[in-house]
Amino acid sequence: MDLRKIGDNVWEIPKQGEMRVPAIVYSSARLLEDIRRDQSLVQARNVACLPGIVRASYVMPDAHQGYGFPIGGVAAFDVDDGVISPGGVGYDINCGVRLLRTDYDESDVTAKRKELLAEIFREVPAGVGKGGVTKLSRSVLKEILVRGAEWAVEKGYGRAEDLERTEERGRMAEAAVDGISDRALERGIPQLGTLGAGNHFLEIQKVLEIYDETAARAFGVEAVGQVLVMIHCGSRGLGHQVATDYIEAMENAFGVAGLPDRELVNAPFKSSEGQRYYRAMSAAVNYAFANRQMIAHWVREVFARVLGGAKGMDQIYDVCHNVAKVEEHEDGGRSRRLVVHRKGATRSFGPGRPEVPAPYRSVGQPVIIPGSMGTASFLLAGTKEAEGLSFGSTAHGAGRVMSRHEALRRFRGEEIRDDLARRGIELKSTSWKGVAEEASEAYKDVDEVVRVSDEVGLGRLVAKVVPIGVMKG
Amino acid sequence: MAVEGAPAAMERYRILPHTADGKFQAFGRTLDEAFGNAALALASLMWDWEKIGPRVRHFVHVTGIDREQLLVKFLSEVIYLFETKRFLLGRVEGLRIREEFSGFKLEALLEGEALADAHELHGNVKAATYSDLKIEECDGFTVQVVVDM
Repeated sequence: MDLRKIGDNVWEIPKQGEMRVPAIVYSSARLLEDIRRDQSLVQARNVACLPGIVRASYVMPDAHQGYGFPIGGVAAFDVDDGVISPGGVGYDINCGVRLLRTDYDESDVTAKRKELLAEIFREVPAGVGKGGVTKLSRSVLKEILVRGAEWAVEKGYGRAEDLERTEERGRMAEAAVDGISDRALERGIPQLGTLGAGNHFLEIQKVLEIYDETAARAFGVEAVGQVLVMIHCGSRGLGHQVATDYIEAMENAFGVAGLPDRELVNAPFKSSEGQRYYRAMSAAVNYAFANRQMIAHWVREVFARVLGGAKGMDQIYDVCHNVAKVEEHEDGGRSRRLVVHRKGATRSFGPGRPEVPAPYRSVGQPVIIPGSMGTASFLLAGTKEAEGLSFGSTAHGAGRVMSRHEALRRFRGEEIRDDLARRGIELKSTSWKGVAEEASEAYKDVDEVVRVSDEVGLGRLVAKVVPIGVMKG
Repeated sequence: MAVEGAPAAMERYRILPHTADGKFQAFGRTLDEAFGNAALALASLMWDWEKIGPRVRHFVHVTGIDREQLLVKFLSEVIYLFETKRFLLGRVEGLRIREEFSGFKLEALLEGEALADAHELHGNVKAATYSDLKIEECDGFTVQVVVDM
């Protein structure tokens, strides 16, 4: 692979062969060793060959091999001449992260952290095959798909202010249910309001370090030791079914000849298949927003019950890291409407963008980057520069470096629990095997990922947080 | 899974390492058999199918524009039945693939049990993908699949 260093932490695969644009990789030399070990760069090159791609196929510092598109991949396509691809969004549509602040200090919760975690574990359904507590009808599910977190707030899950502090205000307006299959609905009905399994988690955290006081204050992060709550999950089986359905629909409509990888199947954005997928994907995005809205509500209820209040438990933000959206971006001195695919990448809009909620508009949007289980997570602020560098995007997490199989061979869930306990971190999970699979050693070093992000200008470091209680699906 | 010392032809499938997800190869003397073993390989990533009895039956019928799509849709069926009917696959009976003018058809009887407290689940397969998917004929059939977990 012809990979050239073109700047500090910036590498390029020059345009060659079928590539319509170059591929740009944001990575340190150390992270690049991991990235080069799998097919991420080949995948980034394949993405650069897709019709209507604008500027470059981008690779974030946490990249690893995905299906078709790399995870940690960003690609934007012209709305008129470009395509939309389910593989550029991923199977877990609107997998994302929600972060709540509190007025509590670590010392307020230390004695009660076991109880808090046990209660959250009881209230928030999690794990494989675990259904939700709500019994939904099809018509209510359809309403949720159209209205997202708005529906949840109206039903008493959380507050109206939460919507303002959610990407897209918790509802993608393009959503429609006409292209949602019965199967997707059937998978969605039992799973609303559940965390799921795999890499999804819920953490009670404390602020360890603040790097940017102005942005931190704007986000409601005021002091070291302050307690936060992070929720990481997505659209569950419904989103996976939408991806599966539209990969098939696009194959049937356009065939698979000439695709270097069938997961790159795509449709012109303006075609009927492209538009149907976009509406169905938006509906799955809304399901995930409603899901995190409900879980956040239950967490607040637990805090209120256990600590006698839910002091200052305002939402900092809720970000999607698997999504495609139509956005305005400057390109070649003019404003263009582009379909920006972020797969395992977080939007990182800087000051001034109208999409950034008013309270954050002077500092940039909050960018939430979860670490692996038991390690640090980070809060960043979006930057103006990122718009030019990556259509306003940065990394989404740590990114795996070891297979689940290998992790199971090397680690035991109970030992991880004991090790975390020695470091003052409480852990509850539905599966010790799941815990072993998610061992932090199976992931990249998230500190290095955010350092690169900050140095390149994709997202500015604001605060570092570490867990005090971890719940795994 | 293969019994130690048994001839290689007896091996139904092999789980392969994959950084982020699940990957396996399934084998069969015929394509039908390889597809059936692929369904068991997928099940093995979530539950111990060998401990599942034939108490519940689901007849499945899928079509595909080619064998690859047929395989992805057949495996998606196992995931769908698990998530919506809480069905744990234990055995694949009478799987038959036919090539027709417009593509491929598959019929099979899936036998298993409904999920109960006594069952242990150890993984969550959420989608079957085309990533690195291979269907090869060489001394029988080998199919390779990566699943999203």
